[in-house]
Amino acid sequence: MNRIPILRLGKALLVTIQVDMHDELALALEQDLTQKIWATGARGVLIDISALEVVDSFIGRMLHAIASVSRVLDAETVVVGMRPAVAITLVELGLELPGIRTALDVERGMTLLSRRDEEAEGDVERR
Amino acid sequence: MSGGDLREIRSSDDVVRVRQEVRARAQALGFSLVDQTKIVTAASELARNTLDYGGGGTVRLIELRNGARTGLRLEFEDQGPGIPDTEQALRDGFTSGRGLGLGLGGARRLSNEFELVSQLGQGTRVSITRWK
Repeated sequence: MNRIPILRLGKALLVTIQVDMHDELALALEQDLTQKIWATGARGVLIDISALEVVDSFIGRMLHAIASVSRVLDAETVVVGMRPAVAITLVELGLELPGIRTALDVERGMTLLSRRDEEAEGDVERR
Repeated sequence: MSGGDLREIRSSDDVVRVRQEVRARAQALGFSLVDQTKIVTAASELARNTLDYGGGGTVRLIELRNGARTGLRLEFEDQGPGIPDTEQALRDGFTSGRGLGLGLGGARRLSNEFELVSQLGQGTRVSITRWK
């Protein structure tokens, strides 16, 4: 079975979804990612969906599951690179990805994550 | 108007294939990118419903040419258990499975025409049309 590669990018993990997802692949990704967050102590997860021409409720559910599990392991998920036509369709579908942060591209996503990290470190220092 | 082409939906790979074919048809008919995305997304929801709740089935792809109007109609059919309460099934948030409960209602919103016929113990037929 194919698996989606997970790359390390500073304190974050980067997943680029390029294929048409099906159930097994989505489940494998969720498990691999959870394992990798735990193993690396990653503080964030970037999911790049710029290659996806369609995001349906199945993909939405997968993104939710990943974000929820990551949050429990103290890593924040940012979905990046959503295409404009996909954004329009998602809103009409009624799937607005509540609780998931988004950014226009990987770079902005990284900025978002490092800001969160700095704030967290600031909190520790103030204590 | 043609009789259309029938495709099987028996596995999650078939769902992917249906999505790809609907995309190719919508593109060939000259749909805008947003309209393509809408009908492909609706097709994806319905194909998955056919598989997950209907136990598999078929989709018929029909290209419509009514005078100046061009459209794409997709008829999903299964011989599954049927839907006891179609009104409830169309409401967002209603799901009998693992979904977010947006499948049917979402597909209706993404289409110009929507028809749902279901009989308990007989199966379900959902037809959507999107005009260019």
